Amino acid sequence: MIFEGLAEKLQSTFDKLKGKGKLSSKDVKTALREVKLALLEADVNFKVVKNLINKIEERAVGQEVLDSLTPAQQVIKIVNEELTDLMGGTQSKINFGAKSPTVIMVVGLQGAGKTTTVGKLAKRFRKKGKDPLLVAADIYRPAAIKQLQVLGERIEQPVFSMGDKQNPVDIAKAAISNAKSNGNDIVIIDTAGRLHIDEDLMNELEDIKGAVTPHEILLVVDSMTGQDAVNVAENFDQKLGIDGVVLTKLDGDARGGAALSISSVTGRPIKFVGMGEKLDALEPFHPDRMASRILGMGDVLSLIEKAEEQIDAEKAKELEEKLRKEEFTLEDFLDQMNQVRNMGSLEEILNMIPGVGKQLKGLNMDEGQLDRIEAIISSMTIEERRNPEIINGSRRRRIANGSGTTVQDVNQLLKQFKQTKQMMKQMGDLQKGNMGGLKGKMKFPFF
Amino acid sequence: MLKKIFGFGKEEEVKEQEVNEEQEETTKEKPGLFKRLKDGLSKTREGFVSQIQNLFSLYSSIDDELYEDLEEILIQADVGVHTTMKLVDQLKTEVKERKIKEPEELIEIFQKQLCQLLSQDVEQVEESDQPTILMVVGVNGVGKTTTIGKIAQRAKNAEKDVLLAAGDTFRAAAIDQLTAWSNRVGTEVIAHQEGADSAAVAYDAVQAAKSRATDLLIVDTAGRLHTQANLMEELKKIKRVIVREAEGIKVEVLLVLDATTGQNAISQAKLFNQEVDVDGIALTKLDGTAKGGVVIAIMDELGIPIKLIGVGEDLEDLQDFEPETFINALFEQ
Repeated sequence: MIFEGLAEKLQSTFDKLKGKGKLSSKDVKTALREVKLALLEADVNFKVVKNLINKIEERAVGQEVLDSLTPAQQVIKIVNEELTDLMGGTQSKINFGAKSPTVIMVVGLQGAGKTTTVGKLAKRFRKKGKDPLLVAADIYRPAAIKQLQVLGERIEQPVFSMGDKQNPVDIAKAAISNAKSNGNDIVIIDTAGRLHIDEDLMNELEDIKGAVTPHEILLVVDSMTGQDAVNVAENFDQKLGIDGVVLTKLDGDARGGAALSISSVTGRPIKFVGMGEKLDALEPFHPDRMASRILGMGDVLSLIEKAEEQIDAEKAKELEEKLRKEEFTLEDFLDQMNQVRNMGSLEEILNMIPGVGKQLKGLNMDEGQLDRIEAIISSMTIEERRNPEIINGSRRRRIANGSGTTVQDVNQLLKQFKQTKQMMKQMGDLQKGNMGGLKGKMKFPFF
Repeated sequence: MLKKIFGFGKEEEVKEQEVNEEQEETTKEKPGLFKRLKDGLSKTREGFVSQIQNLFSLYSSIDDELYEDLEEILIQADVGVHTTMKLVDQLKTEVKERKIKEPEELIEIFQKQLCQLLSQDVEQVEESDQPTILMVVGVNGVGKTTTIGKIAQRAKNAEKDVLLAAGDTFRAAAIDQLTAWSNRVGTEVIAHQEGADSAAVAYDAVQAAKSRATDLLIVDTAGRLHTQANLMEELKKIKRVIVREAEGIKVEVLLVLDATTGQNAISQAKLFNQEVDVDGIALTKLDGTAKGGVVIAIMDELGIPIKLIGVGEDLEDLQDFEPETFINALFEQ
């Protein structure tokens, strides 16, 4: 869970502040010291933390904050704004060339996840109707070319390779002409990973850049990187002039301080974040939302976007119809469940809901249960799915046997389904104009 | 010969000379050898002492500023706030008790403290006189497969029979990567198809190792984030299968950590240790500017010894961990 520890620490720090009616500048300083420690524990670079804390302190001990009625919230607001600001303020997108093909060069240290990121980017572009060509220019790591080829096959996009005996600069050049003749509108070049002190490899990157003049140079950085992240980013930026950063492995429990450090030191925006091993687990980076997440404010916007991406509008309409006519069946239930699952792991989804992340700490979401539900429903006849009332004792036993579960599991599912149906009916009623009552009960995190 | 060892001039120049088979060997090893010599020289005990003392020679007395600088250095080396505070507090107490006035003395005490913390008796797998099964685990991209290649090389150099098991059946081309290493080193690999059950690969490999009386079997596993419960379960299962089939053969678990990783490495070590009992750590990618100071925190909190460090991409660039060298490097600017 990303930034979880930091969010927790900041929250407990500010909970202490919230107890006070008025804040002295000493109160603020004590709180900020904890913010500082929390940021350092989150691997934010030492110098970046120093600057950030100074900035926040300057603003937070000002009269308008101390005199306000809600000083703690004012301080949180300032921290939030400064964090957002530090990460580049607004969302940044990929630079596309005026002329096709757009050339994207992907660089980074060994093991940061370059090749996987190339695959994910290609999948993303493909989804948007583009036709990217993947270029295997890492001739050093054993089997790197093969890895890219396998990824290419999985996403059904072509991979350009000349084996590991050719010069990467030549490979890159040949790839561009190949893309032109085959009509690929994007070329993504996977380069060899390096330790940034390695002059030879760094020069090779400069040569590739010189030869193909990429529209976009993306630096891939592991979100678990420690204090060294700024050195890495600075070095690549000085040598190559990077345009953006892709932060990988954010699905772990890394607090991701590298994100703050890199943006702050290089001034280059983070454009994407890698959230998992699946090839569609690449998301645009939103500094404002990330800052909210750091502060434990949840990320409702991302959640809604995810839902929109995964849930078929047609199907949703159909479902609404069914709900109204109370024709919602177990088949629809299964369908619905799979759509939600497509949005990501349950844990991931719940984390985006304000206030939920903190409560769920350490709780292991049982994805297996969802598998069992799927198995149970699949073991029913079509008649049974449409009309669960007919499922009697012997049918239950058969279903349990067929799905490798127990009769209790089947009972539980049927009960759940009944409840869901009822809940949906109530929600339907709500939509008809009962919103007023609800609004008063909803608690927003701020103001 | 000396000229060759110290690597004066480029590789090509050396190659131009008439060399017989044996000398050719030396030429191939040259960059690694030179590097190791150079590293070794600059990091002897004297070097270790002076470097840190130089850093603090500006101070005429022990004051808060000195402590703050020390803290800053440690935090920037990824030692972590918690461990840094703890170490510096311990130092303060000792300085007070022993009434130490000179910054130089303070630094000496501090080195000793760190050294003590990091020094542990470890036996490298190739030194063992009994057969061993080494299971290599870690998160994605830390250099597990590469480390396996290098350990295999070390064991080969020690004239051991080595067998590799391609247990990473998930990542695209991971099997090919391990096979490429095995060809380089000259060992055999037990592999299944991509997507196969890695516990089954481990099973077959252990059987093969037993029937061939292999000295060292190294089992590769797929990189996984320590927070992925299902994948950690899978890892537990692989270890269970290995231990069961090993029938008394020594089984060791090596956790590979990336030196550029920050405080998250603690979480990695904790969770891997919890699930599969880690016996030692290999710290990779130390040839960059990263200091890998987080292993101090890991040692302090979990007591898992660091066995190996990776300092380069060549086959010979996996070395025994030496606390003094490591601590010295922490203070290099």
